[in-house]
Amino acid sequence: MSIKLGDASYEERVQEGVQNEFMRQAVASAQGRFRSGKQKQADKLGNWEDWRTLGEEIRTHTLENIDYYLQLLSDNVSKRGGNVFFAQTAEEANDYIQHVIKEKNAQKVVKSKSMVTEEIGMNEALEEVGADVVESDLGEWILQLDEDPPSHIVAPAVHKNKEQVKETFTEKKGYNQSSQPEELASFAREQLRQEFLSADVGITGCNFAVAESGAVTLVTNEGNARMATTIPDTQISVMGMERVVPTYEELDILVSLLTRAAVGQDLTSYVTSITGTRLEGETDGPEDYHLVIVDNGRSKILGTEFQSALHCIRCAACINVCPVYRHVGGHAYGSVYPGPIGAVLTPLLDGYEDHKELPYASSLCGACTEACPVKIPLHEQLIRHREIIVEQEKMTPRSERLAMKGFAKWGSSPAAYKMSTAMARSAMKPWTKDETVANGPGPLKGWTVNRDFPAPAKQTFRSWFKERQKGGES
Amino acid sequence: MKVSLFITCLCDMFSSDVGKDTVEILERVGCEVDFPETQTCCGQPAYNSGYLTDAKESMKQMMKAFRFSDYVVGPSGSCVGMLKEYPKLFENDLVWRDEAKRLADKSYEVTQFLVDVLGVVDVGSTFKGKITYHPSCHMTRILGVKDAPMTLLKHVEGADLTELPAKEDCCGFGGTFAVKNSMISGEMVKEKAAHVSETGADYLVGGDMGCLLNIGGRMRREGKHVKVAHITEILNQH
Ligand code: SF4
Repeated sequence: MSIKLGDASYEERVQEGVQNEFMRQAVASAQGRFRSGKQKQADKLGNWEDWRTLGEEIRTHTLENIDYYLQLLSDNVSKRGGNVFFAQTAEEANDYIQHVIKEKNAQKVVKSKSMVTEEIGMNEALEEVGADVVESDLGEWILQLDEDPPSHIVAPAVHKNKEQVKETFTEKKGYNQSSQPEELASFAREQLRQEFLSADVGITGCNFAVAESGAVTLVTNEGNARMATTIPDTQISVMGMERVVPTYEELDILVSLLTRAAVGQDLTSYVTSITGTRLEGETDGPEDYHLVIVDNGRSKILGTEFQSALHCIRCAACINVCPVYRHVGGHAYGSVYPGPIGAVLTPLLDGYEDHKELPYASSLCGACTEACPVKIPLHEQLIRHREIIVEQEKMTPRSERLAMKGFAKWGSSPAAYKMSTAMARSAMKPWTKDETVANGPGPLKGWTVNRDFPAPAKQTFRSWFKERQKGGES
Repeated sequence: MKVSLFITCLCDMFSSDVGKDTVEILERVGCEVDFPETQTCCGQPAYNSGYLTDAKESMKQMMKAFRFSDYVVGPSGSCVGMLKEYPKLFENDLVWRDEAKRLADKSYEVTQFLVDVLGVVDVGSTFKGKITYHPSCHMTRILGVKDAPMTLLKHVEGADLTELPAKEDCCGFGGTFAVKNSMISGEMVKEKAAHVSETGADYLVGGDMGCLLNIGGRMRREGKHVKVAHITEILNQH
């Protein structure tokens, strides 16, 4: 897997999403739960907007000094006996990890949830060198069994309901109990416990890496990251280069924002910080530790108008409020990063060619921007993408370009504008019945497949105003 | 107080009543209303589609049209919100920069103007009927006008207000989005229309013509008999 998922066209993906009633119901109810949870937490905190400002300031400061903080992080991880590898590309990251796996002659790898490893397609790369990779986050495990990609960055299997999970377990793992979530979870726990105990290498993602100490911090509710980081002797953490935070103090604030915005909790059940290897005199920690810091297109975003997209703490609050996401689901985005942040980030990391529709998959309602705990102006960045698609990439159809040229003429010429508004009614006449257009021509079709369009008014406002002035009416 | 009406192209063409109501309400609370004839469109259809250069042609015309106005007041959160974006878009344009800022600073959505500038919360209207209000996304999130419309509606004598479930969710209009992403937009407006029906209201009220055309068009298509009214229509009943 890489950033791009599958080969279906955007239209096909959207259609498939819209027609999948099961998925839509599951997504809508999850969105409802996440949203109300977040709202409760924000209210409880009382000064949510101040927290957001703080979050934004921390992320801005860190990104503006990212070279310094990454160096500090790297030095501190090295001091703690870890190896640090900066990977410019997905290939470089995978090569390095493959190399570690081969060197250890590792048969089994357990993973905790990580978006960046999805982004670089790490699992496939490890399977290539013969390693058995097991996802240990419950949602990810279900998807792995089902060979289905994640559709949400926090709740990867949000598009599935418990009946579907039961089916998967039955088919793939011989499960024979009910579809009760407790029974399903306890079955998964038993199965995964075996995997943890027999794993040679543990691989984790990274929510935040603390520069001052070299601690990679993982935020989970299942405790699986803790298992993956305590049992195997060799551990690898993979992080996007923007995951760095200066000190524990900033970590505190960002974790507080993350757990509240993501799942509506004051704190998740587990927050795990791991620093390097077991040093002399210490009782725990791995023998061998590697931190892989992935660029994969991120440094190109630095210094551009999209820099703040790197502020993202992957909380999915923008996804949970997005009405487009609700109706099409995560897979329709055709990217490992769905929803508003996915629509912003995917073209930046993977180019416009395969993802040029994503910036338009938004009504620009701004719910995402309002929800984002680190104040990324998501909907504005979608407009910037559109500008680039139009003005630099020149990817829009000729008919649309001509129409917009026409718009510019119309909007800049009061005479033309006035004439067109006066004539609109008669121009629409052939399609009008009972003051309604039910089956419009040209682009209007897109409108009238779903709803009626009104006939232009009998009298435009400006002619009314003029008559009124003439009549001296007050 | 002298006020220039910014009619917005949608109201100019599709709902001249909104313009009339706006003028009459403003006059009733003591404003002198003029209508700069050379105004056109705020530029949003092109801007939101990524055609910034084309959009700016229209935006410049708007700046010219309202150059001599003290206040610019319009019956749309979305279009006024667009005017408020001008300073950012003309930041590096030495010719238009100052004008963009002046226009943004003196522009108001009509309910915002009544409540926040004039301090009027009761425009003396009476209206019989069950109303539900859809707070449009651009009014609340882009322009930041969250309370003014409800404040005014609460003071309408006889109006029975009922809350719209999931009111903050977008109706799926989004300008060219409704056409370009017709399928998604269609699902969004179906959901909104269903929420409107749930309220049992006779009137769906809003402050943005685009959303009202969208939701109203859907309800009509479904054969539902909810009337759609711009907020000025309710505020001008007396
Ligand atoms: S963009 Fe903001 S809201 Fe969306 S996932 Fe990232 S931090 Fe969360």
